[in-house]
Amino acid sequence: MASERSEPGAGLAGVPIVTKLLVAGGFGVGKTTLVGAISEVRPLSTEEELSEVGVGIDDTTTVAQKQTTTVAMDFGRITFPSGVVLYLFGTPGQERFWFMWDELAFGALGAIVLVDTRRLADCFSSVDYFERRDTPFVVAANHFDGSLRYTQDDIRDALDLEPDVPILVCDARKRESVKEVLIASVTHSLARHRSRATLTTRRD
Amino acid sequence: MTGQGGRWLDREAGPVVRPYALVRGRTRPPRAAPGLIDFVIAASETGSDTARLGPEHRRLLSLCRTPVAVADLASDTDLPLGVVRVMLGDLRERGLILVAGSAHQESSDEAVMRSVLDGLRAL
Repeated sequence: MASERSEPGAGLAGVPIVTKLLVAGGFGVGKTTLVGAISEVRPLSTEEELSEVGVGIDDTTTVAQKQTTTVAMDFGRITFPSGVVLYLFGTPGQERFWFMWDELAFGALGAIVLVDTRRLADCFSSVDYFERRDTPFVVAANHFDGSLRYTQDDIRDALDLEPDVPILVCDARKRESVKEVLIASVTHSLARHRSRATLTTRRD
Repeated sequence: MTGQGGRWLDREAGPVVRPYALVRGRTRPPRAAPGLIDFVIAASETGSDTARLGPEHRRLLSLCRTPVAVADLASDTDLPLGVVRVMLGDLRERGLILVAGSAHQESSDEAVMRSVLDGLRAL
């Protein structure tokens, strides 16, 4: 997949170092709010072929043969003074948009799985996806008014998470809170990267 | 199409120009299509090949005079990401743009992660 992506050794002038984080979670959990709290939110959509699962859901009867749909994505960009650019991509919440995830996850630094503790099951598929793909992720419980506060252990048990997966409680509306989530995510990715590097060295 | 006159625009046709009409219905980006956060830049020698491009391809090419990320390009032009990637793939196959994909090799690089962390902490 990566083979033809870039010119060999392409270090073109004026190209910053860029990386991306994914924000996943169920529909309505606050992904757009989270991205908007820390970065400029920009319009981004993609038009894709409908998956088989989606065909029955969208009313395509009036537009026979039309098998594409437009999907809006959350998209943010933070440019640091060092020149490094961090992109944030919110993954489409519904499972019929799975086909986009591989593209979004490709080359990502890590992922944030945003959860609503009242609807924990909504994030099962995101957790499964990142575990299967071996993408480092953190779980951030977006605290909604009226939702019960669960302990980290409760959430870890409910989601059957590995002991090293960080779990945070956040308020997706607040910049400082979101900043902490992003820092936790990159810190976790860095720790994973270092432990893997150590393992590799030991094997040599 | 012209020979059949008005039959083309019947009520089953949907919107007159779907974005995918720009790329002749291709939904799968070709192998040459750049990734979401790859940067693209117009090649310095574009020669006469641009004359055969459609207006949308030409517009996209004109926006690549300075390096720009694919996702930013889609956002700026309000075109669907998939469409932009297919069109950029076309431009690349004709040698009209270069793709710099620093992201994929370097996103796992420790220096990049540390740099992002420093940046986040200073926000």
